[in-house]
Amino acid sequence: MKHPARLAWQALLLLALLVLGGLLVTTTAGHLQERGIRSGFDFLLEPAGFALGESLLPFDSGDSTLRAFAAGLLNTLRVALPGALLAVVVGVVVGFGRLGDNPLVRALAGVFVNGVRNVPLLLHLLAWYFILTDLLPAADAALRLAPGVFLSKSGLALPWWGEAGWELPEPAGFGIDGGARLTPEYLALLIGLSTYSAAYIAETLRGAVQALPPGQRLSALALGMTPRQAFVLVLLPQAWRAALPPVTSQLLNLFKNASLAVAIGYPDLVSVAGTSLNQTGRAIECLLIVIGVYLLLSLLAAALSHRLERRSLRGMAP
Amino acid sequence: MIALRRALFGDPLNAALSLLILAVLALTLPSLVDWALLKARFAPDVAACEALERSGACWGVVTEKARFIVLGRYPAEQGWRPALAAGLIAGSWVAAASGWLRGRALIAALTVLPLLALPLLAGGFAGLDAVPTELWGGLPLTLLLTGLGMAGALPLGIAVAYGRRAPLPLLRGLLTAYVELARGIPLVAALFVASFLLPLFFPGDLAPDMLWRVLIAIVLFAAAYLSEIIRGGLQAFPEGQRSAAAALGFSPWQIQRWIVLPQVLRHVAPSLTNSAIALFKDTSLVTIVSLYELTGALGLALSGDAQWRPFYLEAWLFIAAIYWLGCALLARISQRLTQA
Repeated sequence: MKHPARLAWQALLLLALLVLGGLLVTTTAGHLQERGIRSGFDFLLEPAGFALGESLLPFDSGDSTLRAFAAGLLNTLRVALPGALLAVVVGVVVGFGRLGDNPLVRALAGVFVNGVRNVPLLLHLLAWYFILTDLLPAADAALRLAPGVFLSKSGLALPWWGEAGWELPEPAGFGIDGGARLTPEYLALLIGLSTYSAAYIAETLRGAVQALPPGQRLSALALGMTPRQAFVLVLLPQAWRAALPPVTSQLLNLFKNASLAVAIGYPDLVSVAGTSLNQTGRAIECLLIVIGVYLLLSLLAAALSHRLERRSLRGMAP
Repeated sequence: MIALRRALFGDPLNAALSLLILAVLALTLPSLVDWALLKARFAPDVAACEALERSGACWGVVTEKARFIVLGRYPAEQGWRPALAAGLIAGSWVAAASGWLRGRALIAALTVLPLLALPLLAGGFAGLDAVPTELWGGLPLTLLLTGLGMAGALPLGIAVAYGRRAPLPLLRGLLTAYVELARGIPLVAALFVASFLLPLFFPGDLAPDMLWRVLIAIVLFAAAYLSEIIRGGLQAFPEGQRSAAAALGFSPWQIQRWIVLPQVLRHVAPSLTNSAIALFKDTSLVTIVSLYELTGALGLALSGDAQWRPFYLEAWLFIAAIYWLGCALLARISQRLTQA
């Protein structure tokens, strides 16, 4: 061995880890025994014993806990994926607005970005939830936004494919019948998450464009391009490449932030884990599932963004 | 004037956008001013506010609930203690943002003042009543979690960043696993771990209060992000300076202490303050595990009060303004640090 000292340090570290790990396991096992909590993942196959506020996956309290977790994960994805799409669209529009030459648009985009980014996401969600559940009219006086689109305290009713084919929601008695319904919890989370991430994406894009050497724009103009052509053909393709990694990390943040659902009662993965944890007392198991799922999805997202980056670099000089 | 007209109405797209924005502003601004100022009630009088039927703001809710929202459930007759604690921490931020303090004095103020706030809030000496941590709340708690969180996470983050460059594969692997784990999970999950798992890891009844467990989670969570920032700074450090210092007879430790670290920290200071801003906002999540800082205190003050709950939006704007100020202050510190 070339470095006996290093080897000794590592052996010492390993020993310390083993001792610490052993202590943790015995203490934890002692606590669990004291409280009469069994451990293991067998509870996943037992009936959950709680209902979910909403779920894409048909679910009731008699179904297994495993199915509850699956429904929670699906709920997370149901809000995170459309949220990511919305965030990118709004972020790009606002980002362009901040870069544009119209001072009114620039000011408005600036107010949006600074207003949104300097307030915690949780506070955004609480405000949207209050607006959607307290300030809107009740279902029997729902706002009619378009034919078949109604907004009220009980959520947003939309035309959707039902049992009898394409259905338009209709006011009926005290509520609205037919079509699909998005709950206020879902809407608050979707709007809150996507506007919050959009503000960050807009700033990232603006930073990426402004970080380009000014010569790029000037030479494009000197070649006879209009400012808009220079922006779209010369600046944007270069800025996009620089912005791609931070934008992916923003979207990953959006996905992790979807766990704030627990604060407004939308049954996402973390919220289901919390409920199940209170029901069964299997804290270690429930939290391991949450951590495992998030790590897996983070890895997946990292691999995907890596491929995307490689693709956007293809054909470019290094 | 001509330049402005060209910027606003120079081509059809801009003209259309400008007209649209002006029209929307013309429609909404007067009713907004009406709501916020002209028709608003400033006295804490529920009946008068209800009579408005939402046509005007009820700022009275802020007057009525401000003490509770800002100081939380802390015993009312001891209110000067959390107020002073918040003042100490906020004062250190103001001092940093305005440039009164620099260098070592600044670092000392940013770490020592939150530590001073601790005994002030806890009490139990010199005639101060002991106040259990469950009763701490509002703005002092938000500032305390941010201040202590950063003060704990920065040294740990530096240590982790160096550890990941050490010639010990086992240590490197361990630290990498920790950083990836912390950065891969949402803070809410980390807070759940602090709330439900940490008590199991302490022998007997030695498990600390929720506040300390949450602080452990926050420090570990933030340190992972800070370590990545510092590691990036260390990697970008020019090799030549190290060699030059070694040639001058500096020991490896002295090189890091006097040459590398000061420059790296200054270089990454804006990223570090960005992390502080993120942490400041993220402290709002501790309400999920029943610590009532600013956001939690807002819910606590209004959700159980049927009379005042309809005026949630006004109280919300008050809190949002406090967060906005805090973020602006921290952003100002970031600017100061890059200029220095």
